[in-house]
Amino acid sequence: MATTNKLPALPLARRLWDSGVPVAVVLVCVLLAWYGAAWAMNASAAIERVLTPSGNPFDWQDVLRTTLNMERPVLPAPHQIALDFWSGLVDWPIDSPRNLLFHVAVTGETTLVGFVLGTLLGLLLSVAIVHSRTLDRALLPWIVASQTVPVLAIAPIVLVILGSLGMEGLAPKAVIAMYLSFFPVTVAMVQGLRSPQVIETEMMHTYAASRWQALWLLRLPAALPFLFPALRVGIAASLVGAMVAELPTGATAGLGARLLTGSYYGNTLAIWSALVMSALLGLLLTTLVAATEHFALRHRRQP
Amino acid sequence: MTRPTVQNSFHRITATSVLASLVAASLLFLHPVAQGTSPPTALFWLMLVALGAAALWTIRRVAAIQGTRFDGVLTAALFGLWVLYFWQMLVVAFAVPRVLLPAPTLIVQSLIDNPGKLWGDFTQTVLKAVCVGWLLGSGLGFAVAVAIDRMPFLQRGLLPLASLTSTVPLVAVAPIAVMWFGFEWQSKAAVVVLMTFFPMLVSTLAGLKASGKLERELMHSYAASYSRTLWSLRLPSATPFIFGALKVNATLALIGAIVAEFFGSPTVGLGFRISTEAARMNMSLVWGAIVVAAVTGSLAYALLVQLERRVAFWHPSIRGQ
Repeated sequence: MATTNKLPALPLARRLWDSGVPVAVVLVCVLLAWYGAAWAMNASAAIERVLTPSGNPFDWQDVLRTTLNMERPVLPAPHQIALDFWSGLVDWPIDSPRNLLFHVAVTGETTLVGFVLGTLLGLLLSVAIVHSRTLDRALLPWIVASQTVPVLAIAPIVLVILGSLGMEGLAPKAVIAMYLSFFPVTVAMVQGLRSPQVIETEMMHTYAASRWQALWLLRLPAALPFLFPALRVGIAASLVGAMVAELPTGATAGLGARLLTGSYYGNTLAIWSALVMSALLGLLLTTLVAATEHFALRHRRQP
Repeated sequence: MTRPTVQNSFHRITATSVLASLVAASLLFLHPVAQGTSPPTALFWLMLVALGAAALWTIRRVAAIQGTRFDGVLTAALFGLWVLYFWQMLVVAFAVPRVLLPAPTLIVQSLIDNPGKLWGDFTQTVLKAVCVGWLLGSGLGFAVAVAIDRMPFLQRGLLPLASLTSTVPLVAVAPIAVMWFGFEWQSKAAVVVLMTFFPMLVSTLAGLKASGKLERELMHSYAASYSRTLWSLRLPSATPFIFGALKVNATLALIGAIVAEFFGSPTVGLGFRISTEAARMNMSLVWGAIVVAAVTGSLAYALLVQLERRVAFWHPSIRGQ
């Protein structure tokens, strides 16, 4: 009988048991705790604002039913959020500011434009830093140090500066998303472009490869495994930047603006729907990057 | 063994030229144009361009020094100094409006003029919201990680969800936190707790798995109990992971507290100061608040690095430095 070094693939049921079931159990527990918290946090308001004014006697079942279906709950029950979320998707035309997809499109556009610009800037900077000792010594320490600084705080300044230069709409927000996403890309790519071994760079040298050939044929491919984790961090940062950039401008479109208007008018359900939507957008964008990574590095996986 | 004389003279020329260019820069700074009292002249521009060339040349020279880590810091410091200097000179010479970009001296002036205001903001945002939230969030993350260390089922359930949270803009819970906990610092601390909890949970879980098989088997052969192994082997080998999360969390906490203040705060706090003064176009005070936030972030990071060196002095990643 031929022996094989490979472990047999685990049966599907086993794999499900290993990852799917625990996650599902945790999710169900969170959901139950959420309903409990919704009841506990809304109970006093439900009794005060809904049940007592109606004048009818009520028992604990009425309290429970009311707390889970309040109009402006302290903590909305999950099914309320789901309903509001769904109505935000389908009840309004796609170009109406009441439609969630409209806001997703605005924020998503800013995020992607900022992310692409930030990635390009990061790539250019890292190539320059790797090839110039002066830049490496003078600029890189500042880029690394700026990771410890809350750069997001500069967002209002960028908006004011670009606004007084006459830039409005997408551009200032994209700039904020850009500078949040270029830091991780630069730092990781400098590391990645330097990852080839001495023996490999020397081989390129013996082939009389130019600097550009060495960059294109050796350094860039070697840096890809460093690039993609940075892109995942970068796109998440870009989304945060895009949403925060919508706050101080008094923008009317975008998930950040929707959060802000929701908190102005005390519309809890709108806040929670926007929150769920931004989480989904973040997951979607990161999944896209991960899928690109999977595709780009498909030949490199260890057997 | 003495250094070759060629290198010695290279160092001497570099040091002299750096000093000479810095002296020339300070002299030009006293020029009436640089003080903003007279319009720029051709001579002034000529001197500024010459100084720019000298700055580039000295930075290249200093960067070329083969040497210790100290030389690297020196290059970066020199570069930063020149950037600040030309920022100052160009802003004054071109008479750039303050709204667009205030000169560094104006920012320093606003720091000196408003110590009470900025100290109040610092207390409100950093000492209350950030410190409390950071300690609570990191502490909770650590405690939960250690608590579920013996429950592989819960770990498999929590870890994928906890890792997913890094892709979600958690800071967006700020309006809800403000609704629940009010405008005061408690709501900002709540946002910070949420933002710092998951990185610490994920890192600690990874760190607890980082001890080597050999060491664990040694503990086993000593018949060490679970808690003894945890205390003497697995927690110490997790320290680099824990400190990594603490450092990441320090920045996250500052961002969380500042952004949460954009959603509503009492009339004090770094985020409040930044957003309201930006709306009033008082940009030098905005920059002042940002300087406070930036210095706080870097100091917190430096303190944590030092603390890590004290606590984990034995770890290969520290010993190697």
